[in-house]
Amino acid sequence: MPPGVNAGDTAWMLAATALVLMMTPALGLFYAGLVRAKNTLNTFMMCVAALAVATIAWAVIGYSLAFDGDGSIVGGLGHAFLSGVAFEPRDGTTIPHLLFFAFQATFCILTTALVAGAVVERMRFGAFLVFAGLWSVLVYAVLAHWAFGGGWLQAQGTLDFAGGVPVEMGSGFSALAAALVVGARKDYGRQAILPHNSIYVLVGAGLLWFGWFGFNGGSGFSAGEPGVLAFVNTLLAPACALATWFVLDLLRSRHVTAIGAATAIVVGCVGITPAAGFISPMWAMALGVVAALPAYAVIVLRTRTRVDETLDVLAAHGVAGFTGILFIGFVAEAAWNGVSDGLLYGNAAQLGDQALAALAAPAYAFGATFALLKLIGVVSPLRVTAREEAMGMDVVSHGEEAYATGEGAILVEPIVPGVPERARPEPAVAPVPS
Amino acid sequence: MKLVIGIVRPDKANEVLEALYRAEVRGFSMSRVQGHGGELDRVETYRGTTVRLGLAEKVRFEIAVSDEFVEPTIEALCDGGRTGEVGDGKIFVVELEQVVRIRTGETDNLAVTPVGA
Repeated sequence: MPPGVNAGDTAWMLAATALVLMMTPALGLFYAGLVRAKNTLNTFMMCVAALAVATIAWAVIGYSLAFDGDGSIVGGLGHAFLSGVAFEPRDGTTIPHLLFFAFQATFCILTTALVAGAVVERMRFGAFLVFAGLWSVLVYAVLAHWAFGGGWLQAQGTLDFAGGVPVEMGSGFSALAAALVVGARKDYGRQAILPHNSIYVLVGAGLLWFGWFGFNGGSGFSAGEPGVLAFVNTLLAPACALATWFVLDLLRSRHVTAIGAATAIVVGCVGITPAAGFISPMWAMALGVVAALPAYAVIVLRTRTRVDETLDVLAAHGVAGFTGILFIGFVAEAAWNGVSDGLLYGNAAQLGDQALAALAAPAYAFGATFALLKLIGVVSPLRVTAREEAMGMDVVSHGEEAYATGEGAILVEPIVPGVPERARPEPAVAPVPS
Repeated sequence: MKLVIGIVRPDKANEVLEALYRAEVRGFSMSRVQGHGGELDRVETYRGTTVRLGLAEKVRFEIAVSDEFVEPTIEALCDGGRTGEVGDGKIFVVELEQVVRIRTGETDNLAVTPVGA
């Protein structure tokens, strides 16, 4: 083991990296349950696509732009193609640089998949692949550099423990831009569109929470105090967000809803993400309550607008992340984090540093994503035709169904030698729909 | 009295429902069926297995109406269900011998007239 690498820290970070990677299929499940049955696979596949595209983009160039050098806006190209990323400890940590890269890669993947929530049920899969690759570099890597890689936000003192800037506000405000550029689903506002499998949504949220222990708990890059604090806060804040959501649901509709509970878990995890290693456990519980309120309001109000930000990434991630980033400015406590105090503990300047991030990150994410999708839209259509949208994305984009019964399916291939061919109806000769 | 049976695309079912409500046709049943009516088969692939789907998902409306409602019902089914491509479905109109409303024992035209109409 090279000098400076700590075995205990490395062991935890290996596990944490695997936990965060699991969050992407968990998100796939969460999203898939929220859409209509005919779009189940396509929705999940957008998350699977991020596993492929964002990982490759991150290894080739994204990681370098985020974490090579401390340039103000972007990093350098010194780590492009993983050049110089090996077993030596990453500066400022006690874990191998290669593992640090992998841990950060899982963040990039998940964040890219999050944005898909804005455009499900109508965006062309090919266009999404292109978008995901470019977005992970042009938006995620840049914001990650600002907050984590020595960029201007980190340099001027913004505290962001596990990604309130690049992950939560980055995905949430990009999602708003994506929804505006791609446009609403044809059925949006015309007919009731219901989640087709609430159990998927609950299981997905549960697995997200589980993975979030690696996401926040690993963002101290050690098994030491910041990691432990973040880990425990990741238990406390979502629990309080859940309880708050129960109350809000009761007041609004006299029922505590399951889809609401699943949403609350995500909102609580998002809220605590930037603050996890910076605030005391009791303030983390308060943050769970505080983060739920604006997120709930945005979910209720957004559905009354023409903006079909389909799976409410803006509310659950953008707004909850915004709340968490600001919350640090009030209640950060040097006694717990060893770094800085917030306004309530005598350091008003920290709130200013946080507010700057809460303005800059949404502005960049929204603007860059808007421009990127407009550009892709010039080259190729962003969405399928209305007819294809009606048929469902699974059949149109993937030639599969999530719930295929096999009834009426006639075997075409493979032709097994020795098995006598049974009578098959002739293929229909109807004209191909244009 | 006639029984109007309309077989339509599942993704058009909501528009058919709207059209039926607009035509003030309020009593009907709806079921999911699978069928084949000359449209091009869909090919799907699962790992090494490629299949041709001979049966397409459809939605079947069964609507018992008095004679003056037959044409509006047919129009609603056509308006709501049409895309112009093969596979839009069919409408069958058949004679009804007898209708009984179970709750009241009303028969025939009274039984197919919606409550409160």
